[in-house]
Amino acid sequence: MKRFSRINLLLLLAVVLLAVAPVALGLGSGEEPFAGADALAEQAIVDDHPDYEPWFSPIYEPPSGEVESALFALQAALGAGFLGYYFGVARTRRRCRIAEQPHE
Amino acid sequence: MHIAEGYLPPIQAAAWFAVSTPFVVHGSRALVQQVRRDPESKLLLGAAGAFTFVLSALKIPSVTGSCSHPTGTGLGAVLFRPPVMSVLGGIVLLFQAVLLAHGGLSTLGANIFSMAIVGPWVAYAVYALIRRLGGGLDVAVFAAAALGDLATYCVTSAQLALAFPDPATGFVGALVKFGGIFAVTQIPLAVSEGLLSVLVVRLLTRVSGDELRRLGVLRKPAVQA
Repeated sequence: MKRFSRINLLLLLAVVLLAVAPVALGLGSGEEPFAGADALAEQAIVDDHPDYEPWFSPIYEPPSGEVESALFALQAALGAGFLGYYFGVARTRRRCRIAEQPHE
Repeated sequence: MHIAEGYLPPIQAAAWFAVSTPFVVHGSRALVQQVRRDPESKLLLGAAGAFTFVLSALKIPSVTGSCSHPTGTGLGAVLFRPPVMSVLGGIVLLFQAVLLAHGGLSTLGANIFSMAIVGPWVAYAVYALIRRLGGGLDVAVFAAAALGDLATYCVTSAQLALAFPDPATGFVGALVKFGGIFAVTQIPLAVSEGLLSVLVVRLLTRVSGDELRRLGVLRKPAVQA
């Protein structure tokens, strides 16, 4: 394997390790381990300011956790799909360019 | 870093809108100019937006035992300058507020300020500084993306501390509390975002050298690998 690809793989591996390690080491605690930080902040506000009433509520809320995670997956898929498309196009363009100018 | 719908007092929510709006308006102009000046960069612009789309959808476990997500705005800030990212980041936040009930319309101004304005500007400042000091592209991109990500969560903590000072210890106590929830959780994720941004820039250097040179990210002619 070339050095370029090896470093790229190592970068990916490091990211996976950083994500898996907290779960593997069982660092989650409380009622719902690995809850979202956004939800924890909301909870902290409710705990310290019990009289605060949110004055505006979401216009649309996904009806269930499943629908919500589907929409999150959709968001990630759209982004990843476009990134893949970009790299496909850029790679092909580069190949065409190299094929046109063999003496570069 | 999403402040939930309705969780900022009306006056503060309005104030954050007032602060963010000029940045987004200026950013929209910068975006239009960028596309006019260099129509071929449209695709890469889309890729920078797509990167933010993916990363902000991924909730990743962290050492604090909670989950959070990267922002992905540092990469675009390095490639296209921060004003453009205030628009791309704003679109992502709007999508999440409307369809996912994640964040909110009333708190959109505050969330845009942290994720689409401060994050990109911090990232770009770090990038420019390291490059000027002679640092390599990889190092500059890593530090830019990681610190931009972290800055976003520090701003969110400060925004919430301003809105909800601790009953006993005031603003500082609340800042420590929200910082513990957001900023500390974010440290490993910021590292992840830095690594992923470096990965994408490495791949871009390989396949889109001309684009990067036009954007001023690469200076020298590409080394044929």
